[in-house]
Amino acid sequence: MDLRFTPEELAFREEVRIFIRENLPADTRDRMKLGHPPRKEDTVRWQRILNAKGWAAMSWPKEWGGPGWSAIQKMIFLEENLMAPAPELLSFNITMLGPVLIQFGTEEQKKRFLPRAANLDDWWCQGFSEPGAGSDLASLKTAAKRDGDHYVVNGQKIWTSTAHNADWCFVLVRTDPNARKRQEGISFLLIDMKTPGITVRPIISIDGGHHLNEVFFDDVRVPVSMRIYEENKGWDVAKFLLGNERTGIARLGKSRERVNTAVSMAKDVNFGGKPLIEDQIFRQRVAQLQVDMKALEITQYRVVSASDKAKGAGKPDPLSSVLKVKGTELLQATSELAVDVSGPMATPIWAQELAEMNEPDDLMEAGSAGTGSYLMLRAASIYGGTNEIQKNILTKAVLGL
Amino acid sequence: MDFDPTDDQRLLVESVSRMLGDTYSFAQRKDYMALPEGYSPAVWAQFAEQGLLGLPFAEEYGGFGGTAQEVMLVMQAFGRVLVLEPFFPTVVLAGTALNIAGSAAQKTAMIPAIAEGSLKMAFAHSERQARYDLSDVITTAKKTAAGWVLDGSKTVVSHGEAADKIIVSARTSGDRYEEDGITLFIVDAGASGVARRGYVSRDDTRAADISLSNVTDVELLGEVGGGMAIIQRVVEAGIAAIAGETVGAMEAMNEMTLEYSKTRVQFGNPIGTYQVVQHRMADMFMMQEQGRSMAMLATMSIDNPDEASRAHDIALAKVGIGQAGRYVSQSAVQMHGGIGMTEEYAVGHYFRRCMVTERLFGDPAYYLNKLAAEVG
Repeated sequence: MDLRFTPEELAFREEVRIFIRENLPADTRDRMKLGHPPRKEDTVRWQRILNAKGWAAMSWPKEWGGPGWSAIQKMIFLEENLMAPAPELLSFNITMLGPVLIQFGTEEQKKRFLPRAANLDDWWCQGFSEPGAGSDLASLKTAAKRDGDHYVVNGQKIWTSTAHNADWCFVLVRTDPNARKRQEGISFLLIDMKTPGITVRPIISIDGGHHLNEVFFDDVRVPVSMRIYEENKGWDVAKFLLGNERTGIARLGKSRERVNTAVSMAKDVNFGGKPLIEDQIFRQRVAQLQVDMKALEITQYRVVSASDKAKGAGKPDPLSSVLKVKGTELLQATSELAVDVSGPMATPIWAQELAEMNEPDDLMEAGSAGTGSYLMLRAASIYGGTNEIQKNILTKAVLGL
Repeated sequence: MDFDPTDDQRLLVESVSRMLGDTYSFAQRKDYMALPEGYSPAVWAQFAEQGLLGLPFAEEYGGFGGTAQEVMLVMQAFGRVLVLEPFFPTVVLAGTALNIAGSAAQKTAMIPAIAEGSLKMAFAHSERQARYDLSDVITTAKKTAAGWVLDGSKTVVSHGEAADKIIVSARTSGDRYEEDGITLFIVDAGASGVARRGYVSRDDTRAADISLSNVTDVELLGEVGGGMAIIQRVVEAGIAAIAGETVGAMEAMNEMTLEYSKTRVQFGNPIGTYQVVQHRMADMFMMQEQGRSMAMLATMSIDNPDEASRAHDIALAKVGIGQAGRYVSQSAVQMHGGIGMTEEYAVGHYFRRCMVTERLFGDPAYYLNKLAAEVG
């Protein structure tokens, strides 16, 4: 047992920190510090900078451009990247599709898609959820019928984040409606978003932003060569993907960044004639969050250090459900803290006002953007398997019930 | 970073667990509680035989040469069965004080005796007015021509009555809260002027109030006026140890609750088939694991030479483990329903132990307050 970072790990953290400081475009960093989400161009530009450095395909093997990091190194990188704050690697490309292609793809599929995914030449999105298939994903209905060397896809996906930015979508479809078990009739397809018959409709979320979409498939023809793994075995692929999605799911760096922002803002806002930072209740609230973040940080390192030892051979660690639940609870609590610090400045949207200003007003902008972040983070306990589903997983995996 | 126990540590845990399996059923524990000592001298002798009483001491003094990690693992095993013996005050508290402040002569005189089980010790620091404030000491030690004279009283001293020797903090200079004027002494329990009133604590362990009146048969431990730094280290080691113990207690409670949920039938089904019960148990598991992380933090922090960052990590850990223990123990009683309320059933005893350990050396509110002072 040793809780300390090795000198190599400390040196690595320093290397990452310096690289981000020297290479993250200032306009991206400044916007994100105020709480804005990255724009599409921020994400693309930053991922390409990281890819040129050899760091974008973070979790892939070296032969496909991965940096060969240990799980601890990946955690360190993710933390530093979030705390900068810098745009996150596009998870659809890096933590979802990439590992799926490497595990299940044909050589041709790997060669065609992996380098472009790493460099964000293709922006991928995830077509899993449907109006009738949320937590109960296996009840999905979008149908793919074989027609020669094509599938013809009909149906609807929903909550498709960034579909409006996407070039491609990986989609779960039902290829055998008569399978004995619902899970056995599903296949995993890669669909070019420019294919005729695809309609993307925006869903405006409660932060006023456009992140989510509905995607309609109307006689969309998809070459059979775009299927990953065997027909009707798509559920295995999905389970593998959802297991991978757990890595870094706690997004602890983001919670830390929200607390740091709140504390620094609290020095400038008034509370009963004094700076809010001097208020005991505020300070205790920060202290409690620090306790919870520390516990999660160590739990997270326990999970990644175990996965380093298992060398990817083990089943997904049920502790990763703890990371998801506790991590998203913290994302919500820390973004809530930042909003509370803004006080009345948190309530206006001020999109137009901010756009028209000659001099930036950080308090005003942070109030508006921080609230956007808080509102959108309500989704954190919903996506990637709701926190209630995570508790079901724990019930089964840990309690054996 | 590495969170796995070494092979030696695994063997240690196995042998301790095996011994406790033989000696520490809930029924056996009840028998020990009823003994005059409030614990089992026979089990204490077995601890000595297994080398547990020499765990954190150097081999040159007959010790096992272990670290805080071994202490944590043993305390975890103890927490699973709610050990009553005075291991914590003797080996962890007094042991730490001797390790860091004892002279060679004191170590030679006391550590081998502790390790072989013939010397039990207590750490008498808390005073009634002090609550959790470590520097609030009004017991006095005055230097006279004949030597030191101690006067004052200490309260809720863990196993104060069983101890053969007691480490006592006293003020040698300065006002009530002054850190620099505190000095530690080793007092023979039988010395003239020492009076002890023992009692049973809520967690079934023994504690005592100790009064000192014109006590002269004392020896200095460490430097005059240098007591506070030692007390700090003793308290930190104590917090790490009880964090480990709390993890063991949480494991035991979660296992009991799970087992109960499989056997208790209501509305025609075991209650463990109901999602509301399952999710509560998932929450209890998550708190247990977050608590385990905090116990690891405390254990691996206590050797950090940077005093401020060590104190910060210990404070984080004490809040976290206290809150985890509170949540799991309250939930365990709730999930058991009526039977959890009874003296005859084990879960309530774990609940009470967690309630006591949460308060040892400061509760979560106390440490949150300290952490809050550092914000900004």
